[in-house]
This record gives sequence, structure tokens and C-alpha cells, in this order.
Amino acid sequence: MSTDTPPPVQSNKLVEVVSGITVRLAGDSGDGMQLLGTQLTNTSALAGNDVATFPDFPAEIRAPRGTRAGVSGFQVQFAAHEVHTPGDTLDALVAMNPAALVTNLSDLRPGGLLIVDEDSFEAKDLKLANLSTNPLEEPWTENYRLAKVPMTKLTRTAVAELGLSMKEADRCRNFFAMGMVYWLYGRDMDATMRFIKAKFSRLPEVQEANERALKAGWAFGETTELLGTSYQVEKAELPPGKYRNIMGNQALAWGLMTAANLSKKELFYGSYPITPASDILHELCKFKNYGVCTVQAEDEIAAVCAAIGAAYGGSMAVTTSSGPGIALKAEAMGLAVMIELPLLVINVQRGGPSTGLPTKTEQADLLQMLHGRNGEAPIPVLAAQSPGDCFDTAIEAWRIATQFMVPVVILSDGYIANGAEPWRVPDIAAMDPISIEHPTEFNHGDEFWPYARDRNLARPWAIPGTPNLMHRVGGLEKQDGTGNVSYDPDNHEKMVKTRAQKVANIARVIPPQKVNGPESGELLVLSWGGTYGACHTAVTKAMDAGLSVAHCHLRHMNPFPANLGEILSRYEQVLVPELNMGQLRMLIRDRFLVDAIGYNKVQGKPFSVSELLDKICEMAATESNKLCESKAG
Amino acid sequence: MSSELPVLKASDFASDQDIRWCPGCGDYSILAQMKKMLPDLGLPQEQIVFISGIGCSSRFPYYMNTYGMHSIHGRAPAFATGLRVTRPDLKVFVITGDGDSLSIGGNHFIHMLRRNVDVTMVLFNNRIYGLTKGQYSPTSPEGQVTKSTPMGSVDHPLNPISVALGAEAGFIARSVDSNIKHLAATLYRAAQHRGTSLVEVYQNCNVFNDGAFSYAQDKATRADTTLELEHGKPMIFGKNRDKGVRLNGLRPEVVDLSTGISHDDLLFHDEQADTALVHILAKMRHPEMPEPIGVFRDVEKGIFEDQVRGQLNTAVEKKGAGDLVKLFASGETWDVE
Ligand SMILES: Cc1ncc(C[n+]2csc(CCOP(=O)(O)OP(=O)(O)O)c2C)c(N)n1
Ligand code: SF4
Repeated sequence: MSTDTPPPVQSNKLVEVVSGITVRLAGDSGDGMQLLGTQLTNTSALAGNDVATFPDFPAEIRAPRGTRAGVSGFQVQFAAHEVHTPGDTLDALVAMNPAALVTNLSDLRPGGLLIVDEDSFEAKDLKLANLSTNPLEEPWTENYRLAKVPMTKLTRTAVAELGLSMKEADRCRNFFAMGMVYWLYGRDMDATMRFIKAKFSRLPEVQEANERALKAGWAFGETTELLGTSYQVEKAELPPGKYRNIMGNQALAWGLMTAANLSKKELFYGSYPITPASDILHELCKFKNYGVCTVQAEDEIAAVCAAIGAAYGGSMAVTTSSGPGIALKAEAMGLAVMIELPLLVINVQRGGPSTGLPTKTEQADLLQMLHGRNGEAPIPVLAAQSPGDCFDTAIEAWRIATQFMVPVVILSDGYIANGAEPWRVPDIAAMDPISIEHPTEFNHGDEFWPYARDRNLARPWAIPGTPNLMHRVGGLEKQDGTGNVSYDPDNHEKMVKTRAQKVANIARVIPPQKVNGPESGELLVLSWGGTYGACHTAVTKAMDAGLSVAHCHLRHMNPFPANLGEILSRYEQVLVPELNMGQLRMLIRDRFLVDAIGYNKVQGKPFSVSELLDKICEMAATESNKLCESKAG
Repeated sequence: MSSELPVLKASDFASDQDIRWCPGCGDYSILAQMKKMLPDLGLPQEQIVFISGIGCSSRFPYYMNTYGMHSIHGRAPAFATGLRVTRPDLKVFVITGDGDSLSIGGNHFIHMLRRNVDVTMVLFNNRIYGLTKGQYSPTSPEGQVTKSTPMGSVDHPLNPISVALGAEAGFIARSVDSNIKHLAATLYRAAQHRGTSLVEVYQNCNVFNDGAFSYAQDKATRADTTLELEHGKPMIFGKNRDKGVRLNGLRPEVVDLSTGISHDDLLFHDEQADTALVHILAKMRHPEMPEPIGVFRDVEKGIFEDQVRGQLNTAVEKKGAGDLVKLFASGETWDVE
């Protein structure tokens, strides 16, 4: 790959070496900001930086142009060290119009670089953004390094010879902006050139125009004084291996395919579109030649039911959704509990309740997944912590589902789903196979008992087509062993307890919970799911500042790891940061009688490192408060 | 292959479970005819799966010595779809009631039919909710007094055949629980059809809706109140086969054959006919008209799971079998030493 080759044109300007950069690209939702951000992410990862991203877009596909509601943003942090979040405050903000400027400016650090397209600050643009005066002419601009670039005009000039319409020419503006950003951070344009070539292969003029715009942006940075210095971010030290960028939903899809492969199963995927889970469906649909069978059902209920039908037939069955769709699946999930079949149910959480904030992130479906069914219907729940981690979570979930014959829930969220990070390509040959046995013989004298149990309390997965093992499953309570319908009160209680014990037994096979930091101390930060990056970074900073803090991040939400209670007892205080009103905290208090303190945010936004750090300092810094202020901030 | 199989009897399809329907319920007859018909399909028990929803009728799978799933209310078509897509080697039956398939499961009902999943669906229509003890159902006639409609139902009833036609179902039939020969023959034909086949069966719930279909059930009246559809034959009915159905414009009318009207003037049944004609048949209701029983429509069309699996095969032919190692190494990658 070309990652080691320098950019095509070597800059003659001053280059400042920095350890990391956080930049946000913001514009109208039609401006191609997500594309720009994805390209910058890929290119930065190819340059060997560690990267983390945060795409943020409106729920409306085409919100009114130029308005505040229509602003789409993409934030990326790339660094010469490991990063786990897309960054708190921005080193640079690219704002394509006034609406993007006013809605994003507060995140730019004082002295940060602000690049705007000055051509889109005309009176009509200001009006769309609900502004009475031009913000670029106000005194606040002195707090930042403002670069007013006539991007629209420059782009039009760059593509003038190609005979495109004005509208088509203006569409290349994002590539001009990209060129400037690439110059600014010494990024190689090769990968993006390849992208343009592939994407517009059928439209040669458009391809040419975008290439020209990209190069013109780069040349603009190099030739004018407007952007000043450029920056260099060295490669990050990551564990050796082959890397690629991966997004959360993509990693889930690939993890599911890998799990199917490891268990020699065909993957059946039943789903109904919903933000932010749909991309898993889009991804899996591409892989029919891998034996991935996808069905877009008529609704979420049909999707999960079709998956259960496939599981009964012996396939690896998966269904995905987000909170509202999971609510619809609840009854069928209860059936899966009763008929004791392996099934994966993935919830990519978004802001709720009801339709809530469909494109924003939240962690508020934990209790829904744990308890949102009628009757005593325990289901194991796993939570992924980052885009790349989705891959491993999918495989582990399927391992558990088949070993214990249970439906298993995977929790992800909008932040993980759409975020990207470098991912070390795993060696499939070195992964443990997932062995599954389908019985072919009687298991009880000269009878087959569909609810006979092994030492995990799992029942046999006999599949239709097997001679002599005919049996019936269903939602009515079954007599243990024979599987016959039974209303016997004692049997029901026994079955309720058996199903619960089966889930509890999973704690025997999951690895003991790890803690990052001191074995005991003043404060333990206990987190789960997509807040991993922010919590990890904040705790690491606090530890560096000398605070007595440790971090424990949960993947297994049900059952909890066997040693969790013991870990909690070693710290004076427990802080549980969550993007909900305190769901894990409630479970922890209930299960372990620990007076855990919540730190809760429900704004549709992920935690920033600094707000967590403030909270940690407040709780853990007895006499080290000053230390905290000076070092951690 | 079937020649090597032992010849199965109806009793081979009976499970060892006690049957718990009310004495006199029409469900018994449907169960009996199903068991009697199944050996003719030449399939071993292990290749057959019965999937049901919830309702009295949906207890059916427990009584069959085959594979089975008693699922959740209204969703049996979805379970069957998932099973068929991954296991096209299995013969799948869906057992459902009028409440199960037309109320809570209406959505899945039409979608299975329009997708044409290769499933035989038997809809037990008793025009009442049996299991929940007698509330009106989507097929209950207007004005019906039930536990939940003390002043009479104000809903316009659904006609399952019309709904199925609307969903462009390939095979649609109707039979009656007590007309056992007709029922067995109709079930057999439905099971032979490739694609979704729907059989609506008039089923007597003698506890909550006794006699709802007595006109079609009673030996004394049924020849005059029902019309046995036969492909390619004129529509003749009546105890003495002295009545026929002909078209007057777009309206069907009953004519007296003793007045010299010839068979050629009558409607001829065509199972492959344009749906407009079948709609006319679907709309024929007692007492104005004889109610057609038998096969309304039998046309072949693309089968959902064949097409889904066909795409999997085409993808392999075009791109080769998937290789995860190659996939992971595709696109932009870089090495860290
Ligand atoms: C989700 C859900 N809602 C309601 C019920 C209650 N319920 C069970 S069967 C039934 C109606 C059954 O009527 P039908 O399908 O006509 O079957 P029948 O009992 O008459 O054979 C209802 C409402 C249920 N089991 N599940
Ligand atoms: S309630 Fe009606 S439908 Fe149900 S078993 Fe009794 S008679 Fe049959």
C-alpha cells in the first residue's frame, strides 16, 4: 500500500509536529460532509494514525437547505497514540455555511482553526440560518484563526473547463475542502483519488471535476498564506498486524459471518429497516456468495419470527433492530426463551423513548433487553464497546447461544454503529471453532426427549428432517424432559428456575472481569457499552494525574461476571457513567447492595472526556484537587 | 425414492398426546382428514413440519407425529417463511384460525401469500374466537351478538378468499369440516401445489358459534347451498343437479336448468382464470347464492425461497464461494510492524 509514500506534492511550508488532531467538518446535509469525513478517516488510518470518529446527522434526509436543522457534521480524531474517542474540543472546524458555523462553533477551542466558505455567507444564507448579521464580521472571530476561503468560486474555477452545470460544479466543493484539509494535515490523496475513480467511473467528467477540486484545494493550502502552518501527526504505536478501518455495523456483520463460518452454519438474517441498525442489513446483503441469507420482512415481528423458524431448522439465526423494533420483537423473544433455541437479537440503541432521537445515540435500552418480556424470561445480554469490538461480541454471543441453547442479546448503539476505528484483521484460522451437535439418536431409552438436558442445562438441538426425533416445540409450558405440554405447578416453577439457572451458568464460561488501574482504591468507574472510549480516556488521565481511580468496563450485562461483586467491594466509591438515567446503576445497587453513584447524560450525545474527568476529580480528589486541575485538564 | 419408504397409515401421523378440543368440535374432523391424506404425499414424518399460531385450532401440531411448532398469535406464516427459506427440503404446513390469521396476523398472512412461500396453510374459519371464549372475529357477520358485541358486531366482515385474491395468492381453496371426502381431497391438492396454498375450512365451533355454517355442513342442505367447483366444468349444483350459475353482465345469477337453459350458457370454472372471475366466485355468499367450495384458483408462479436461494447460488457462480480471509484483506489496509 501507499501509506509509506509521502504526499504527492511535498509542502514547502512550515510543518508543526503534533501528537493528535481533532477536526470537525460541518455543512448542509446535502454537502457531502459524511463522505468527506469518511475519506479523511480512512486516509488518516492508512497513514498509521489511530483514529476515532463521530458522524452526526439530522434525522431528516433532506432538511431544508442551509438551515440549522439541516447541519450535518463529521468529527474525527487522529493521533500518534491510541485514541478511544473522537475528541472533546476541536482543533479545527470546517464550516461550509453560516448554519454550520453557529451550531458548531462552541466546540472549537480558543485559538483553533476555523475554515469557512466565505461565498456562502451572503444575505440569503444568513437568513436561512436565522441570522441578522454576518457572524464573520463580528469581534468574536479574534478568538480563533479564521480562514475565509472563497471555496465555491475556487471550485467553479477549478472545474470550469469541464462544461459542468453550475449545480454539478458546486457539488465538487466538498472535495475542494477535502483538498485543503489534506494539505493541512499532510495527508496522502491517493486513497481518495482511487475512491473518486471507482465511485464516478461511469461519469468521467464528474470524476475529473472531483479530482481537480481535490487537487485545487491542496494547491490552495500550499500557495496562499491563509491556512498558515500545516501539521504532521506521526504514526501511532499499535500492536503489529494488518489493519483496516471498520465501522461498528460493518464489524457486527462481519462478526456474524465469521461466527457462521466457525460453526459451519448458514447465516439467516431476518430484519426490518430502522435507524441506526439498517446498515447491518445493507452490509450482509452483499455477501450472498458467503451463504448469507437475508430476508427483509414485513415488520420487526416477522423478522424475529422468521429467524426463529430458521433456528428451528438448524441455521444460525439473527435479527437486528433498534429500541422501537425490539419492543415489537419482545413476544417472540419470549417464545425463543421457551423453546430454548439459539438466536441472536441485536439492538443498536438510539435516543428514545418511542421514536425519540432516531439518529442520536443513547444507552437506555439495557433494562428493556434484560426485562422487557412477559413472565420470567431471562436472556443473556452482551454489550459491544467500540466499532471493532462489535466483531468479537458477535462471535462470543453465538458461542454462548449455541452452548446454552438460549437467545442472546447484543447491545450496540448509534455512536458505535456509525463510528470507525482501525481494526486489526484477525487470523480466522487461529480462532476456535464453534462446535454444534445436532442429535440423531434417541436420548432416553427408546424415546427422544427434546427437553433432556446436558451439564449446561442446554437441551438438544434436534432439527426437522432427522428420522425418529419428531417433536413439537411451542410457547406453552413444557414438561421438563419430555417436552409435553404441562400445566403442573411444580413443573412450571422448576422450568422457570431451570431457564434462569441456564443463563446464570453462563457466568462459568465468561472470562473474569478485568480492571484497569489499581487493585483497590478511592474510586472505581464502572461503565458498559459505547462509553468505553470516553471512560477509559478520562480514567487514564485521572490516573496519570495521580488520582486513586480504576476503570472496570462491562461487556457481560447478564449474567454479570462472577467476580464483579468482589471487585466492587474493593473500592470506596463506585461511579457509574451512563447515557441513560441510571439503568446499570440500578442493577448494581440491586444485585450487590453497593451505593453506586450515577453520572447520567441523556442529550443524544456521547460523553466528553472532560466532563467525566471533572466528575472523577470531584469524587476522587481528596487533597489532590489541585493536581487534578493542573494535570488532568 | 418413495418406493423404498414404508407405506404409512393415518395412525402413523398421530402423536401420543391427548386431544383437548371440546367434544363435537369441527377441529377433530380436520385433524382426521389431514392424517388420512398425509400418507398419500409419500413423505416420511420427519420431513413434515406443522407450524401454528395461537387459538384452539393452533393446538394442532401437538397432535401430529411430525415436527411442529406452536408459535405465537398470528405469526405462524413468518416462522414458516424463515424455516422454508433455510430448509427447502421440508414440507411445511401452517395451521391457523380466522382470528389468528386475519386479525393479529393479517399482515403476515398477506405477505406470505404475495411472496408465495411454498407452504400449505389451513385456515380454520369458525367465525369466532374460540380459545378466548367467544368474542367476535374478523369473519363474524355484521350484527353478530357475542361476549364482546352484546349489541351486535358493527364491523364489516373480511372474506378470507377475497383477501387472498387481493394478495395474488397462487392457490386458494375452500372446504367444510363435515364434508370429509371433499376436505381430504382439497387438502391433498393444496399440499401438492408448489407455492403458498390456502385452504379455508368452514369449521364448527359448537360451543361458541354453533351452526354458523350449518347450511354448508348439513347433508340435507349442503347440495343446495354450496357449489362444488370443478376445473373445466359448468357450475351446476343442487340435490338434483338442476341449478346452475351464469353471468348476467358482471353479476352471477342462479338459473333453473329444468327450463331448458343449456350447460353452455353457464359459467365454466377455470382455476387459471383471470382473477376478476375468481373475485365473482369469492363474492358469492349464502343465502343469495350457493357458496363455492373446492379450488378457486391454482396457478404457478415464482416461489420465494427458490428465488432467495437462487440468488445465493448465482452469487457463488458469479463471485465464487465467499472467503473471509480475502474479504478482510480487501479494500484499503496497512501493516503495522
Ligand atoms: C398476543 C396475544 N394476544 C391475544 C391472545 C389471546 N388469544 C388467543 S387465541 C385468540 C383468538 C383465536 O381465535 P381464532 O384464531 O379464530 O382461533 P380459534 O380459537 O377459534 O380456533 C386470542 C385473541 C394471545 N394469545 N396472544
Ligand atoms: S371452543 Fe370451539 S373451536 Fe375451540 S375447541 Fe371448543 S368447539 Fe372447538
